[in-house]
Amino acid sequence: MTTPSETGYRSAAAALPIGTPRHHVVIFAVLLGLLLIAPSVLYPVFLMKVLCFALFASALNLLLGFGGLLSFGHAAFFGSASYVAAYAAKAWGLNPEFAILLGVLAATVLGLGIGVLAIRRQGIYFAMVTLAFAQMVYFIAVQAPFTGGEDGIQAVPRGKLFGLIDLTSDYTLYFVVLAIVFGALLLIYRIIHSPFGQVLKAIRDNEPRSISLGYKVNRYKLAVFVMSAALAGLAGATKAIVFQLASLTDVYWSMSGEVVLMTLLGGMGTVFGPIIGAAVIVTMQNYFAGFGAWVTVLQGVIFVASVLLFREGIAGVLAKWLKKPL
Amino acid sequence: MFELLGIPPQALFGQLLLGLINGSFYALLSLGLAVIFGLLNIINFSHGAQYMMGAFVAWMLLTYTGINYWWALLIVPIVVGASGVVIERLMISRLYHLDHLYGLLLTFGLALIIQGLFRNQYGVSGLPYSIPAELSGGTNLGFMFLPNYRGWVVFASVVVCFATWFAIEKTRLGAYLRAATENPTLVGAFGINVPRMITLTYGFGVALAALAGVLAAPIYSVNPNMGADLIIVVFAVVVIGGMGSILGAILTGFGLGIVEGLTRVIYPEGSSVVIFVIMAIVLLVKPAGLFGRTQ
Repeated sequence: MTTPSETGYRSAAAALPIGTPRHHVVIFAVLLGLLLIAPSVLYPVFLMKVLCFALFASALNLLLGFGGLLSFGHAAFFGSASYVAAYAAKAWGLNPEFAILLGVLAATVLGLGIGVLAIRRQGIYFAMVTLAFAQMVYFIAVQAPFTGGEDGIQAVPRGKLFGLIDLTSDYTLYFVVLAIVFGALLLIYRIIHSPFGQVLKAIRDNEPRSISLGYKVNRYKLAVFVMSAALAGLAGATKAIVFQLASLTDVYWSMSGEVVLMTLLGGMGTVFGPIIGAAVIVTMQNYFAGFGAWVTVLQGVIFVASVLLFREGIAGVLAKWLKKPL
Repeated sequence: MFELLGIPPQALFGQLLLGLINGSFYALLSLGLAVIFGLLNIINFSHGAQYMMGAFVAWMLLTYTGINYWWALLIVPIVVGASGVVIERLMISRLYHLDHLYGLLLTFGLALIIQGLFRNQYGVSGLPYSIPAELSGGTNLGFMFLPNYRGWVVFASVVVCFATWFAIEKTRLGAYLRAATENPTLVGAFGINVPRMITLTYGFGVALAALAGVLAAPIYSVNPNMGADLIIVVFAVVVIGGMGSILGAILTGFGLGIVEGLTRVIYPEGSSVVIFVIMAIVLLVKPAGLFGRTQ
């Protein structure tokens, strides 16, 4: 028998220190700098998609990489927030900030409901339970009157931020999305490096020992699950405003699979891995969009290759090479 | 004619039969998952894709070579099961020393590859597979009209489930298998080739999925996505039943199919989510599953 800490899973994360290492500050600063000048080189809508998925994958990574819980149903939170934000912006004419906030609220409540049930099982059962509940959310989205069924909610108005700033221009919206996503990424970084995050890692590495040390393990698991759901919701709601669309794709199981792939490819349990993974997968989807189902095949191949050949992910490999945790 | 709660008996029995058919597939698929999980400790996410492969290989045999349904019932599980053996040897066997989640991720990737390849080749519209002549038509049972093929599917599923249960619980080979589930090292020390047993078990589980695919081909149209949504419902079935016992997987499969059919009569809108609701209740009341053992 192997204990969880011996299994090699999430090993790349093990060495993350408590304080903020200087090279993390440098990487965040460089990243922000690059993202600020990026829209002059790259198409802003594409960049916004990358940003939304970077946040989505980082939210999943908070749960998977640091909590050790593999959710295969994160599309439920991403998608439900996307629907609620789209509906609030379109049917009620709310400003984008309130629409996004409502979306996040919906994802948080849903995360609480699913989380309470899902944390009663562990390991692969946890994955199956979250996947099954996400499929339930999908079926509800197909039937519910306000989701627009197969059509989804289209032509969602981007509106005016705080009633002042018109977001119709892709460039204006880009900087708003950048602020939201970058803020959320810093928040995730803060959570990971807080005492709460340290306890999470302890639970991930050795749950029985954490229990014997007196930690209420289930409360920690539920808390990180709800946080992860809320952040995934933030990504979904923002995406709905950017693309002016909420559709069944957002809640389908393939979306849950995609975000797991981004996290796995980038590096589970690393800070920057999910961002890299999201950028790679979204770019791939963009360039191969004309090849139909080959995109699915390619994603499958990346999945298999990641599991068999480099489980540390891109960031994990880089971290080993640089001898610094990423 | 009598009526129950204002529901015409034709509709009631019709939906019950449909539920029983769905239950047959839930039972066959969750049985395969349980057999694989028992020995390999992985959840075979590509089970749905392998079920779809079963239907497709049957269709190919008929279309390209003219081999009929009855031979397909025999050939398809062997062919698809053999592909499972190759997958286990080349890929899954490299993951046994790692966290079980990697097996799930690997087989999920395999499912994407298989589904994507079939979608490229055959599109998503679905291909027809006609009911074999011996089983076309139906029988009037007095209270309802039973299409012969559907009756056959339920019968075949019950027979296969029972045979699997018998083989695992009552034969010498099954005893080895159960022993290896408990303690592979010790069984290996007794001179039994455990790695080969693991490989064959995976192949057998996959063959069960393929057999379900052949049975499903004449009922549902043969299309690349037929397994994808089904497998998630089967996961819920597995969580409800718990993977501790073979009999448990079978009973839960049939039972939930019938519950789903009943829901379709009483409250049609709820039929697609009823299994997930039951899963939520079971998680609250008995988290290990109805037949599960707490680890």
